[in-house]
Amino acid sequence: MTLAAPDHATASPAGPQRPGAQRWLWPVALLLTLALGWAAPLLEALPGLGWLIRVPSALVIDMQAAVRGFMDWLVNRAHFGLFTFRELTRGIAWLVDQPYQAARFVLVEGWVEGRGARAVTHFPPLSWIAITAIVTTMGWHAGGWRLAAFVGGCFLYLAVFGQWASAMVTLASIVIAVPFGVGLGLLLGVAAYLSPRFDRALRPVLDLMQTVPIFAYLVPILFLFGFGPVAALVATVIYAMPPMVRVTTLALHSVPEEIREFAAMVGCTRNQRIWRVLVPAAKPDLMVGVNQVIMLSLNMVIIASMIGAGGLGFDVLNALRRLNIGAGIEAGLAIVALAVALDRLSQAYARRSARPPTASGMSWLARNRWAPALVAVAVLSGLLGLIWPPAQSFPAEWQITTRDFWASLVRTINVNYFDQLEAFKNALLLNVMIPLRRFLLALPWVWVLALVTLAGWRLGGARLAGLCAALVMFIAMAGLWEPAMITLYLCGLSVVIAALIGIPLGVLAASGHRAGRVIGGFIDTLQTLPSFVYLIPVVMLFRVGDFAAMIAVVLYALAPAVRYTAHGLRSVPSELIEAGTVSGCTRWQMLWRIRLPMAVPEILLGINQTIMLALSMLVITALVGTRDLGQEVYIALTRADVGQGIIAGLGVAAIAIIADRLIAAGAARTRARLGLTGRGGS
Amino acid sequence: MTEGTVTLACRNVWKIYGPDPSALLAGGSVPDAAAIAASGHVCAVGGVDIEVRAGEIFVIMGLSGSGKSTLIRCLSRLVEPTAGEILFDGQDLLRASPRELIEIRRHRMGMVFQHFALLPHLTVLQNVAFPLQVQGMARPAREDRAREVIALVGLEGREGHYPRELSGGQQQRVGIARSLAAEPDLWFLDEPFSALDPLIRREMQDEFLRVQRLLQKTIVFITHDFDEAIRLADRIAIMKDGVLVQVATPEELVLRPADEYVAAFTAHVARAKVVTLGAIMTEGAPPGDTAGRLPASARIEDMAARIEASALPHAVIDDADRVIGHVGRQAVIDVLVNRGRG
Repeated sequence: MTLAAPDHATASPAGPQRPGAQRWLWPVALLLTLALGWAAPLLEALPGLGWLIRVPSALVIDMQAAVRGFMDWLVNRAHFGLFTFRELTRGIAWLVDQPYQAARFVLVEGWVEGRGARAVTHFPPLSWIAITAIVTTMGWHAGGWRLAAFVGGCFLYLAVFGQWASAMVTLASIVIAVPFGVGLGLLLGVAAYLSPRFDRALRPVLDLMQTVPIFAYLVPILFLFGFGPVAALVATVIYAMPPMVRVTTLALHSVPEEIREFAAMVGCTRNQRIWRVLVPAAKPDLMVGVNQVIMLSLNMVIIASMIGAGGLGFDVLNALRRLNIGAGIEAGLAIVALAVALDRLSQAYARRSARPPTASGMSWLARNRWAPALVAVAVLSGLLGLIWPPAQSFPAEWQITTRDFWASLVRTINVNYFDQLEAFKNALLLNVMIPLRRFLLALPWVWVLALVTLAGWRLGGARLAGLCAALVMFIAMAGLWEPAMITLYLCGLSVVIAALIGIPLGVLAASGHRAGRVIGGFIDTLQTLPSFVYLIPVVMLFRVGDFAAMIAVVLYALAPAVRYTAHGLRSVPSELIEAGTVSGCTRWQMLWRIRLPMAVPEILLGINQTIMLALSMLVITALVGTRDLGQEVYIALTRADVGQGIIAGLGVAAIAIIADRLIAAGAARTRARLGLTGRGGS
Repeated sequence: MTEGTVTLACRNVWKIYGPDPSALLAGGSVPDAAAIAASGHVCAVGGVDIEVRAGEIFVIMGLSGSGKSTLIRCLSRLVEPTAGEILFDGQDLLRASPRELIEIRRHRMGMVFQHFALLPHLTVLQNVAFPLQVQGMARPAREDRAREVIALVGLEGREGHYPRELSGGQQQRVGIARSLAAEPDLWFLDEPFSALDPLIRREMQDEFLRVQRLLQKTIVFITHDFDEAIRLADRIAIMKDGVLVQVATPEELVLRPADEYVAAFTAHVARAKVVTLGAIMTEGAPPGDTAGRLPASARIEDMAARIEASALPHAVIDDADRVIGHVGRQAVIDVLVNRGRG
């Protein structure tokens, strides 16, 4: 790999070798696009050309009605002979509800009989002392004293700042959703590993699950599983599971060939091979998937609070609606504390599984002498709580609130910097955003179709071109052209800005300077935060609208651009760097001529991730009033309109899949040109 | 080497990769290399016949890409051959059902891998006991047996360690112990020492020979190292481009290489290590007094000092103690300095 790379990189820079016509293809296409966008209003006035500019209404099919009809059939008439489909889903809901109630019982409510003033608590939930002790011990177990202190601190924050009850509701959902997500993901991943045919069938489904915005499938899930926390749990599992499936299949495939042969040679049956050899051997990789499931579950649980699960997300939303800035920030920080604690903890467990313990040959209890102590703490604090309530639940009079502080801080910023913020916002709106939006909306749809298809054909051949054309046609025929173009404008602009900020930050992070390391750590933390959190400061400073939405999207989608750039730069082979040094490259030459070109495929993948995150965040920003596909989905949610939600959701997925496939094909081509081997795709 | 019963035989085994390999072999005709390449196929193993006798160390030697790894995987049916027969104690492995194959592998085959293939999440003891656990053996019994084989390869005291806490040589000892835990009759070793440093490699070869003297397994041993092959082998099969070039004892290979390719390997071998007294003696009774009697099967390297030290020739005797020839100082020196035909 390292030997081939420099040859290819220097001997065949793609430009000069391309025939002239192809070299001019994209500049010409760009000029034509600009011209068309400018001239479209004039063309539209010409008779007989209108259908080329606007999607003709004859082409639009009422897909929403079809989806509504199907959903109606599914909910009301579909059956398997003995029971209906709805009974099946309600049965599943009941099954999921049992462990969920148990988790709430342990973490939130305890065993209470009666309501209101006559309520009798038979058994209290785990006390705040016990839960903090448990997570602290887990931190110590997984990563030593520093992690223990960190995790313990995060949970203490929840108690001291009065977020405990909501946080425990959120935690209860996660505690249930994560095992379901990990278990199902593992099973599906193993099945995909065993059967390539199942794998091929599963991939597009996973693509859809990851790209269709969450709000879109909330409505059908509500219909099938009933309103309430269980529907939120089901949605969470659907949302959080796909990475686990992918990680499992990938991890099992990357177990060394010899280990697989070994399993065959000792005469393992299929089940022994999978569960005794391959899965344990792939455990460090699988733990990365578990970490992802946890973080995505948290993200989703926060969003799902809106459909009645309660918890921290609900507090934030509530505060935002009432413009209670202090309470919003406080609850948002609680989400941050919970997210960071869970992330560090699960990452530490992932690292731990890569290096097995050295102390062996002892019994479990001897190795885990802390376990009985922990049980003792839980029981004692519970008992103590019966006579001295502060040991059970953190007393309100000890709580500290930062609400006023935050509220006054934001007020100060708004009072003192209102003009600057407003000027910045207006300048960007008037000079960039609104013109771009007008331009995109004016573009003839046939031209957009042609451009996307051409890009697909150039980057990936006939199949990709066909896929791109079909997806663009879907958007047109679903009657979603206008919101789709607005989505493109918001998402595109956000991604460009995120890349402009993120790539230089990535370069800095990879430079090995102290500042770089700090940036890297900061970005890592930023990426663990649930998307919802990003809305809080943005709304407070810029209120609602496209601009606020764009800022939130940029913040949320920034992380992968930084991370992938830094990773791409760091993984340039050291021989190449040495070769550059020996040739007398300056630092800038090294960066521009060696490191950045070699990192292009990785940076492209980072941009791809940025686009995916931007699209998923766009749907969230519908809460602050955009007019794109996300808004369509969100309106459908509030109206409980299955058809509108699903079709608009599929529209978002179509855009995501086009972007993903085009960039993946581009990255694969660059990779091949640089002579780098390894995985392409997303 | 005495002629024993044949434990493992493979007859006309082919492994061809490509779009439609079996079509090439249809009709019983033997395709030539050019035809295979022209049709877009790659021939990894081409019509190989081998007989491995009970209790012998049969080494398959070849450079990378020669098909030796594919061949051992065909013999163990890790890779499904395109055509041919593989007889293990008279039973055709290629016709064994999946269930039968699992039974055969559990109880009668063992394999050692180039990169050890130890399970990272298990201790040494658990790794070695793993094949027995798979069979469903109870824990005390399998751990007792595992401790026995761990002691056999000299790793007592390391039972509780995890693989990554061990050196490469120690890890391969674990691999060897594990492959012996189920007491297999047939032992496959796929370049077991290639990933080790040269000094450790030599130590492991000695260790391997010691274990084999104790256990007398039937062994198929793969290597790309000719020196290793002649050190360990009773017989060597040399492979090139998927085809067997020559199957012979180390001595025959050195004395009578089948072609230029084999000769190129043997050219730099110190002959004294391989050639026996029987090959250089003058036949017939010694002309006069002799300094002593030496067996014909002894290697020159081991006897050179003794023969060279004496002015008188030594008588050479066969297995039945009969004098069949004599050997003097000059013949030994000729071999040591690589003079004459050797």
